[in-house]
Amino acid sequence: MKRLELATRRDFLGGIFSAGALVFAVGALPKEGSARDVAKTAFNPNIWVGIDTDGAVTIVTHRSEMGTGIRTSLPMVVADELGADWSRVRVEQALGSDIYGSQDTDGSQSIRDFYDIMRQTGASARLMLERAAAAQWNVPAAECKGDDHFVTHTPSGKKLAYGELAASAAKQALPRKEELRLKTAAEFKYIGKGVPSVDLKDIVRGHAIYGFDAHVPGMVYASIERPPVLGGKLKGFDDSAAKKVAGVEQTVLLDGAQPPYGFQALGGVAVIADNTWAASQGRKKLKIEWEFGPHAIYDSSSYKKTLLETVGKPQQVVRSTGDVDTAFANASKVVEASYYTPLLAHTPMEPPAAVAEFKDGKVEVWAATQNPQAVQETVAKALGIKPVDVICHVTLLGGGFGRKSKPDYVAEAALLSKKVGKPVKISWTREEDIRFDYFHATSAMYFKAGLDAGGKPQAWLQRTVFPPIDSTFDASARYGGSELSLGFLDMPFDIANIRAENGPAEPHLRIGWLRSVSNIYHAFGIQSFIDELAHAAGKDPVEYWLATLGEPRKLDLSTQEAKYENYGKPLADYPLDTGRLRRVAETAAERSGWANKRSARGHAWGFAAHRSFLTYVAAVVEVEVDQNGKLRIPNVHLAVDCGNVIHPDRVIAQFEGAAVMGATIAMMGEITAADGRVVQSNFNNYPVARINEAPYHTHVHLIDGGDTLPTGAGEPGVPPIAPAICNAIFAATGKRIRELPVKKTKLA
Amino acid sequence: MIRLKVNGAPKDYKGDPDMPLLWYLRDTLQLTGTKFGCGEGLCGACTVHVNGEAQRSCSTSMKNVEGKTVRTIEGLSANGDHPLQRAWEAANVPQCGYCQSGQIMQAAALLKSKPNPTDDEIDVFMQGNICRCGTYQRIRQAIKAAASEVKA
Repeated sequence: MKRLELATRRDFLGGIFSAGALVFAVGALPKEGSARDVAKTAFNPNIWVGIDTDGAVTIVTHRSEMGTGIRTSLPMVVADELGADWSRVRVEQALGSDIYGSQDTDGSQSIRDFYDIMRQTGASARLMLERAAAAQWNVPAAECKGDDHFVTHTPSGKKLAYGELAASAAKQALPRKEELRLKTAAEFKYIGKGVPSVDLKDIVRGHAIYGFDAHVPGMVYASIERPPVLGGKLKGFDDSAAKKVAGVEQTVLLDGAQPPYGFQALGGVAVIADNTWAASQGRKKLKIEWEFGPHAIYDSSSYKKTLLETVGKPQQVVRSTGDVDTAFANASKVVEASYYTPLLAHTPMEPPAAVAEFKDGKVEVWAATQNPQAVQETVAKALGIKPVDVICHVTLLGGGFGRKSKPDYVAEAALLSKKVGKPVKISWTREEDIRFDYFHATSAMYFKAGLDAGGKPQAWLQRTVFPPIDSTFDASARYGGSELSLGFLDMPFDIANIRAENGPAEPHLRIGWLRSVSNIYHAFGIQSFIDELAHAAGKDPVEYWLATLGEPRKLDLSTQEAKYENYGKPLADYPLDTGRLRRVAETAAERSGWANKRSARGHAWGFAAHRSFLTYVAAVVEVEVDQNGKLRIPNVHLAVDCGNVIHPDRVIAQFEGAAVMGATIAMMGEITAADGRVVQSNFNNYPVARINEAPYHTHVHLIDGGDTLPTGAGEPGVPPIAPAICNAIFAATGKRIRELPVKKTKLA
Repeated sequence: MIRLKVNGAPKDYKGDPDMPLLWYLRDTLQLTGTKFGCGEGLCGACTVHVNGEAQRSCSTSMKNVEGKTVRTIEGLSANGDHPLQRAWEAANVPQCGYCQSGQIMQAAALLKSKPNPTDDEIDVFMQGNICRCGTYQRIRQAIKAAASEVKA
C-alpha cells in the first residue's frame, strides 16, 4: 500500500479500478442497507475483479490485513481460478461497504467463509474471457481455456491475451454458478502453495502504511484524557497550562459514554495540536476533576475471591448427561481443582489510530480496523449521520488480535473532526492502549472428577465464571452466553456422567474478545485438569488423554441439554469430530517423539489438545526450569488440522506466532485493577514474550486436509499452549500451576 | 536551531528541543517507516541509527541529535536490498510487519559489530525489540542468512 494521500477522495469504484476500458467493474454500486449475509451478498464478481485492456488485473480484498496474510491469500485464490499471472495482479483494499458481505476480520473465518466465493469469482471471470475468445474465433467455448493470462483455443493452439479480451469479455453475461468449471486441485498454481505477501517489500523498506501512518493534508493531532474509571464523569477542568504548550491549538470536550458502552468513544478532554508530541504534552498539563462513579470500587484481587467463591458453589447447568452425583458417590477416587486466569490486554504493536475528516455532513476515515462496517455504524451513530455517509478506508493493521474490531478510537477521531472543522488524527499511546482496552475476561473454573478403580473418569463436573463479552453490549448480562461454546460446552472427553455449570460475574471494565477468546481459559482449565487426572491415575498423560477421549465420535451436544453454537456453522459441515482431535494428538506425540521422552527434574514435556474455530490443534511443549526457577521453552510441536490449507506458509506462521502469544499468556500476561483503574501501563509492567523468552523453536505439523472444508488458522493455535506449558512445568518441577500467569508461582 | 542529517540529507530543526526524534521523523519529515510502539524505549519499534548506532528514537530528544547523522529504514539501503531486507523477504519474516523496521535496523547494527552472531548473541542484542505477532524464530533465521551472505 503506497502513501494514503494517493488513495483518498476517489469515487467508490471508479477509484478502485483504473479509468481504462475494463471488464468486471461495470455497474456495481453499494447496495444500501442490504443484509450482511455472506451467501446472499458476496457472490458478485463485479465488485471483486477488474481487467484492463493492457492485461493488468485488479483484485479487491475486503478483509483487513493484521498479519495473517489474508490480503494476499484471498486475491491469490481469485487469481488462480482466473488463470491470471500473479505478477500482473494488483491488490486493492476495499472500503467499508455492505456489498462485500461481512468484512469483520475476526473469528478465524476469512478463508472459511470466502474461499468458495473467491474461487467462483475467479472462475466466472475466466469463463467470460473464454466465451469472449470463443465468439471472436467462432468456436465452441468449451474448446477455449484461460490460463497464465491468455485464452488458448486448445485444438488449434491460437491464443488471445486477457488484455485483448477485456473489452469484449465485459459484454458477456455474468455466468451462473452452475456453469462454472472450477479447477481441480492438480490444476492449482497458487492455491495450496502460496505466494509472497503483497505487502512484504513495502514492509521491509518501511513504506507500508498503517493507521498510525495515515496522513491527510491539513490534519491536526489529538490526544485525549479519558475518564480513568469506566463510566466516570467530568466534574471540572482547567486547560490553561495545556493551551500554553507550543503547538497546542485548542481543547475540546467530548461527552462521556453511557452503558452499555459498546463501541462508543469514552469521552474526556481532547487537546488538539499541530503535532503528536505537542498534543500529548498538552494533555499532560490538563487539570481535571473526575467523578469516578460506581466502578471505582473495582479491585481485581477481591474480585478474584468473589469469582472463586462463585465457582465453588452449584450454578446454572448448561450441559448434563448421566448422573454425576451418584457417580461421585461410587467413585474410587475423587479429584478436585480450581483454576484462575487474570484479565489480559491485547497490546498490538500498533496502538489504536485513525484519521477522520468531517465535511458537509459526511465523514471520511482512514483507520487500522478489523471491521470497517462497524466503523461505519459506530461513527454514523456518534455523529447522527447515515452509515453510507461514513467512507471508511482500511489501512494495514499493526496487529489486531480482536482489539481493532472495536472502533471506539475511530469514533473519537470523527467526533473531534466535526467539532474542530479539520481532519483530525488520533493515535493512542501505549498507556492508553493498555488502560482503555476491551479486556480479555478474568475467569475462575472448578473441576471435579470421579475415577474408577482403574483410574478412568466416570464422572466429570466443570464450572466456569467470567464477566461476559455480552456485558459490553447489554449492561445486564452476567452469564457466559455464546462464550460457553468456546471450549467449555464442547469438552470432548468420553465420560458417562458429565455436568457443566456457569455462574454470574459482574463487569467493571469493557470486556472484549482477544485472539481465541474464552478458549484461552477453558482450554487451560480442562487440559490442565485432565493432566492432573493422568497423574492421579499414575498414567502417561498422552496415553491417558487418548484413552479418555475414547473412540472417534461426532458429538451432538444437543442430546446433553447444551446449546452448542459450533462457531455459527452446521455440525453436518463442520462436525465436532473427536477422531480428528485424536489424530492431531497422535501426530503431535509422534512428531515430537513423545514416547521416547523421559521427563526429569528441570527438563520435561507437556501435552494439551483443543478444538477451536473448527480447527483441531495438539501441542507438545518442552520446558527447562533451572535452579533459580527460570523457565525456558526450547521446543513446541503443534499438530494442526484446519482442513484444506490454502496458503501453507502463512498458516504455519500463524501457528508459530500463536505459540509465542500462548507463551506470553502462560508466563507473564496479567492485568490488575485497583480503585476501578487498570494498574499496568506499558511493556515494563505488562510484559510480553521477547526473543529470548519466547519458545525457541516451534515446529508446525500440518495434517493434509485433502478436500475437507477449510476451518480457521488465526486463533486456534493459542489455547493449547498455556496448558501444555503448565503440564510440562508440573512434570519438570512437581508444581501444579492453577493460576496464570506462571510468574506468580516460584518454580525453584 | 538544531542541524542534523537524515538519510544523508541535511536538515534544520527549530521546534521544541525536547521533542523526541521519532515525532520529527514521522510528523515533520513524513518518514513513517519508523514506528511508535511504547514511547518509553521498551519495545524497539522506533529503532533508528544515530551516528551508526541503534537508538530508540522515541526516547532520543532532538537536542541530543544536534550535529548527528540519522539513518532510518527508508535510508538503510539505496534500493531496499540490504542483505537483511533480502533475507527478511526470503524467510517471509513479517506478519503484521509493524515492528519489522525496528527489528531490521536493530539487526543491521548487530551485524556491523558482530558479522557472524551466534543464536545467543542474536537473542541478547535483539531482546529490546518486541514482536507481538511472534516472528522471532524467523527473525533469527533471517539474521543468520544475511550474516552468511555478507561473509560469503
